[in-house]
Amino acid sequence: MADSVAVTITVNGQGREAQVEPRKTLADFLREDCGLTGTHLGCEHGVCGACTVLLDGDAVRACLLFAVQADGAGVTTVEGLTPSDGALSPVQEAFREAHGLQCGFCTPGFVVSVTAFLRDQPNPTDAEIREGLSGNLCRCTGYQGIINAVRLAASAEGNLTSASTIV
Amino acid sequence: MKPAPFAYHAPERVADAAALLNEFGDEAKVLAGGQSLVPIMALRLARFEHVVDLNRVDELRGIERTNGTVRIGAMTRQADIERDPTVAEAIPLLAKATPFIGHFQIRNRGTIGGSLAHADPAAEYPAVAVALDAEFEVTNPGGTRAVPADEFFVSTFMTALDTDDVLSAIRFPVWNGRCGFAVEEVARRFGDFALTGAVCAVELDGEDKVARSAIGMFGMGSTPLRATDAEAAMAGASVIGLDLEEVGRTAAAQTDPPDDIHASATYRRSVGAVVVARALRRAIEEAQRG
Ligand SMILES: Cc1cc2nc3c(=O)[nH]c(=O)nc-3n(C[C@H](O)[C@H](O)[C@H](O)COP(=O)(O)OP(=O)(O)OC[C@H]3O[C@@H](n4cnc5c(N)ncnc54)[C@H](O)[C@@H]3O)c2cc1C
Ligand code: FES
Ligand code: FES
Repeated sequence: MADSVAVTITVNGQGREAQVEPRKTLADFLREDCGLTGTHLGCEHGVCGACTVLLDGDAVRACLLFAVQADGAGVTTVEGLTPSDGALSPVQEAFREAHGLQCGFCTPGFVVSVTAFLRDQPNPTDAEIREGLSGNLCRCTGYQGIINAVRLAASAEGNLTSASTIV
Repeated sequence: MKPAPFAYHAPERVADAAALLNEFGDEAKVLAGGQSLVPIMALRLARFEHVVDLNRVDELRGIERTNGTVRIGAMTRQADIERDPTVAEAIPLLAKATPFIGHFQIRNRGTIGGSLAHADPAAEYPAVAVALDAEFEVTNPGGTRAVPADEFFVSTFMTALDTDDVLSAIRFPVWNGRCGFAVEEVARRFGDFALTGAVCAVELDGEDKVARSAIGMFGMGSTPLRATDAEAAMAGASVIGLDLEEVGRTAAAQTDPPDDIHASATYRRSVGAVVVARALRRAIEEAQRG
């Protein structure tokens, strides 16, 4: 068996040191070594988006990255997007409000993707929202609730920004 | 599924990567963005004893314009190409093709070198490289050589790269003058690999005659294809009298597209003709405006 490699990865702001087999994906490292089971695995080959995390701020598939590759990098999972008091993030709040989930399996991937998407495109058109969601699959909702959730989150964040600029 | 065990190497220089490939021969595989290779490994379609990760090789990243060419390092990510002002200005066809690749999460990791070396016949970048006569810079322990695009793509997932070759960069010639560029494709869902697609570049002279054109087709054979008959049919023609549907049919007639579960060969040929015509129309309109 190939030798384990020592890695240091900052996960949700906290440094983690571990020995990992090179073939272990970042998704498995997060779930098994860090106990962060919010990162879901649907297909394990890049199609469904359930495993989406932020790698140094960029939304990526955690099933298509080996943990050894993330040595020295910062990773944010869905757990890291929520405020420490247990409240929901604005995107999570919008998903709840707009019925953007049913079974919830796809939701962490959507929440991470949408958080990155709205950071880069704070005022998306409907066409841009649909394109931004195209990399995540949901087998339950039919997507309409998810699209509504993104619209809602965009307008809520817009309100927040304008409120803070007024102050 | 999980990939089979492998030893991991993360060199920081191209020369070291090439030396590792030379040492381990066909037991080693280069890892770039991993957006095609890792699924192949996870599905156990292939297994390798050694994986040589290029992600820490800084000299393989970057976009540089010199005189008439733009040189893009193989490890430059698709997302960086999508946002790059030099690419948008100097190689618009590459910029326009990029959003068709998968989804933004894929483009955040996927690299131009990986897209080209993977050589999926339905992929966008290989068709752009073939249409624009790009030049591939290939490095191995013996040195660096240049491979023209029409020699690089050999067959489905097969290229001119040898086991110890690293694709280090790609050079695209810059088109100047009254030019227009367009990409058209038909896919099952947005972001999927195309059933068929076309990338077109057109340059017009002062009297709206076609000074030169380049048509690349993808999903239409085992490699990206150049529609040379259609290009010849347009040469010197005035755009006013051009029957673009006919030009599209000429392009498709030169191909022998695959029959598979996604589409029949007949479907690909008739839709292939339409995407070529649409892309040419948009490229010509853009050239006339510019
Ligand atoms: C859901 C999904 C949708 C996708 N949709 C599309 C699409 O619509 N269009 C499209 O074109 N692609 C699509 N892709 C594939 C994506 O573009 C990949 O990024 C690309 O095919 C491979 O690039 P990579 O950098 O990820 O390379 P890797 O996956 O790391 O490598 C691919 C192959 O190229 C070799 N290689 C890579 N770099 C080099 C190099 N510098 N020198 C020598 N060999 C090298 C590797 O050894 C391997 O054999 C999709 C992928 C996914 C997961
Ligand atoms: S589990 Fe990673 S994309 Fe499906
Ligand atoms: S809510 Fe069940 S898969 Fe999306």
